[in-house]
Amino acid sequence: MEKCYHCGEDCIDILEFSGRHFCCNGCKMVYEILETNDLSYYYELQERPGISQKRKKVDFSFLDNEEIVEKLLDFDEAGKQIASLHIPTIHCSSCIWILENLNRLHSGIQSSTVDFPRKKVRVSFSKEKVTLKEVVALMAGIGYEPSISLENYEKPEKQIDRSLIFKLGVAGFAFGNIMFLSFPEYFEVKEFWLDQFKYLFRWLMFAFSLPVVFYSANSYFISAYKGLRSRILNIDVPIALGIFVLFFRSFFEIITDTGTGFFDSLSGLVFFLLLGKYFQQKTYSYLSFERDYRSYFPIAVTRISKFEGKDIEEQIPVYKIEKGDRILIRNEELVPMDAVLLSGAATIDYSFVTGEAEPIDRVAGDKLFAGGRQKGGLIEVEALKPVKQSYLTELWSDEVFRKNKNKGYHSITDKISKYFTLAVIGIALIAGVFWLIADPSKAGNAFTAVLIIACPCAIALAAPFTLGNILRIFGRKGFYLKEAEVIEQLAEIDAVVFDKTGTITNTSKQEVNYAGMALNEEELQLLTGSLRASGHPLSRSLYNILKKNGIKVPEQFEEVAGQGIAIKDGARSMKIGSANFVDYKVSNLAEAEKTSVHISSDSDYKGCFTFRNSYREGTGEIFRELSKDKELYILSGDNEGERQQLEQLLPSGTQMFFDQRPGDKLEFIKNLQKKGLKVMMVGDGLNDAGALAQSNVGVAVSEDINIFSPACDAIMDVSIFRKLPELLKISKKAVGVIYISFLLSFLYNLIGLGFAVTGNLKPVYAAILMPLSSVSIVAFTTFCSYWLGKRLNFKKTES
Amino acid sequence: MNIIYLLLAVSLVVALIFFVAFIFSVKSGQYDDVYTPSVRMLFDDEVKTKKKETSKKSNQ
Repeated sequence: MEKCYHCGEDCIDILEFSGRHFCCNGCKMVYEILETNDLSYYYELQERPGISQKRKKVDFSFLDNEEIVEKLLDFDEAGKQIASLHIPTIHCSSCIWILENLNRLHSGIQSSTVDFPRKKVRVSFSKEKVTLKEVVALMAGIGYEPSISLENYEKPEKQIDRSLIFKLGVAGFAFGNIMFLSFPEYFEVKEFWLDQFKYLFRWLMFAFSLPVVFYSANSYFISAYKGLRSRILNIDVPIALGIFVLFFRSFFEIITDTGTGFFDSLSGLVFFLLLGKYFQQKTYSYLSFERDYRSYFPIAVTRISKFEGKDIEEQIPVYKIEKGDRILIRNEELVPMDAVLLSGAATIDYSFVTGEAEPIDRVAGDKLFAGGRQKGGLIEVEALKPVKQSYLTELWSDEVFRKNKNKGYHSITDKISKYFTLAVIGIALIAGVFWLIADPSKAGNAFTAVLIIACPCAIALAAPFTLGNILRIFGRKGFYLKEAEVIEQLAEIDAVVFDKTGTITNTSKQEVNYAGMALNEEELQLLTGSLRASGHPLSRSLYNILKKNGIKVPEQFEEVAGQGIAIKDGARSMKIGSANFVDYKVSNLAEAEKTSVHISSDSDYKGCFTFRNSYREGTGEIFRELSKDKELYILSGDNEGERQQLEQLLPSGTQMFFDQRPGDKLEFIKNLQKKGLKVMMVGDGLNDAGALAQSNVGVAVSEDINIFSPACDAIMDVSIFRKLPELLKISKKAVGVIYISFLLSFLYNLIGLGFAVTGNLKPVYAAILMPLSSVSIVAFTTFCSYWLGKRLNFKKTES
Repeated sequence: MNIIYLLLAVSLVVALIFFVAFIFSVKSGQYDDVYTPSVRMLFDDEVKTKKKETSKKSNQ
């Protein structure tokens, strides 16, 4: 099959333009725009760089509202406006190039700069020549549609925290200079002039070490203090102790002229530690893991108000909605607040909120809840509550979303550091007491030397480097983690809870079976013809299957919202819809719970089309693999209709629970945790958000990682869903690597302690031993984690 | 050997200049995005000539 020149998707109806094939009109149009503006270099940088244009375009008319535009601008002065726009679809170097050449598409745009990791574009333009709406529409036109949600409106861009890189810079600067100044004394050159200068060198080193101790290392002191206050011996306690002893012993040595001190080791230690921290901090910062309902809500809605007796439509910010306002909701738009339907046929898809896959029909006078998505035509509603008091927003006030999940979690490093700290202090005391009796002059020396050499730099580095590497490797495969610690938690999981709809089922694919008497040619054609005219989602998916039949448009057509379609054509009349609507008595409960479309012709019942979920490829394998050592559960917002099919597919130990509301899911996870289980929740929608937040590891499975993912610890690309068991295994192995590194670092410590307890620790030994242990640990963990990564021998399927 | 004082002073000044440059570069946001610039510098300016080449290629 031909691939689209623009986006690389398979072309079903091939469109041709200047000898190239396109999958849809959208893609062709983008190509035309780029071609006519001399921007086809876009296609040089990367093959098929475009984004499929089949998705529905968003209406940006809310950008006509001055108030909203003002909120979105970073800078607003005469002649120059700057806006930072989030473009989820940025994915390759072609994207960077085209977005930085926007000024060639419109002269009003002055410049644009892309921040690839954060998927942002900073556009400066002149209000006199081009409006923000035009800029946004232009970007959407070439396939880079900015995502503007309520979130942008509410909080200003967070200030970037650069303190770590400053600290790292200071430590590195001091480290280099101190090493340089201590060179003469490493070789103990007995030379007149160098002996003269060494005092100056020492005081300079002292001066350089001050910012390292008091600025760069301050986070260790603070963390150690906090740890001690809450009676936890975390890894920062021995580190802070080491730094403290290093500094004061060195200071003492230079004022009493007994030695050079350990300023080089001190600054080196801090530098390496910060380097480890920096390494761990570099995560997938461009994927947002902290989303709440605000990221999904529109920034503006269309309000209808009376003005001089006439109805006028205006765009207002969502927060301006008041009780009693009349609001217009279009196809595919979200209902932002609880409301009453005034007019129009509403088909509301609540899968966002409840997980129930089938849309629900509503008629005028019915209540609609916030978070539902309208599928079908235009509807008019009356707001019952302002946005902030709606059902969905109240769900978010649950405490789960506010507490810091990892507060009570002890990482492996923290676990081991307790024993480590006690051991080090014990050895230091024994050595000190021993020398106090044997040779009091060496006692202080030995005591401090133990604390210095045993400083757990290598231990503190093992976890950040191993986990940091694994995190990046996972990310390259399509499994994105919020932070490196999640890997440790993944290794401990003993119960896995799956959401059904959208997670293990494939929402875009449904299996349809027909049961009953066969329909004749004319009936089929009439059926297809009437389905075509209906906007109901079930009709649409059925139509897609039947459209290969001929189409006959019925003479009379009547659609009863929430019921079905009645048609008349000549002598024939047909009814298509719910069992009640076609006067069919459902015989048992199992049948009632299935999603079906019933058909009767000339008041004879014919049969029904039954919709069944289609499960993701490999679901059975995943469950069998996981069931070996984990408890498995399925929570579904749907009814029991699918139970039988699931029981056939999955291993016998799997427990299933249906009709679960978001709150039930959260409680379910809580109960499992009360039993002492470490729970992983795998879900996809907002309805799972509470459960994802409550679980030890919440994994959001997503078809498009940039567009939809609730608050969670990890985001998983659907294409690697079947690799879930493997990912868990790798996490376990990664933790194993950390333990081996600990062992290695203990060996180094033993050698160092040999020097220390005998009172023979010289600065040059420390200066060699300490970085050597750190570097070899880093090398070991890096090697091991890449080796583990190699075993993940699958590629993220190109999307 | 007193020249060491001078050398020391010079080396310190140079180190400090680099350090200050580092501080400024971080403050100006150069380290916020360490990926995009590495891609941006590889873009060709000669778009038009490039285009002709490709149209030739596609004609063949």
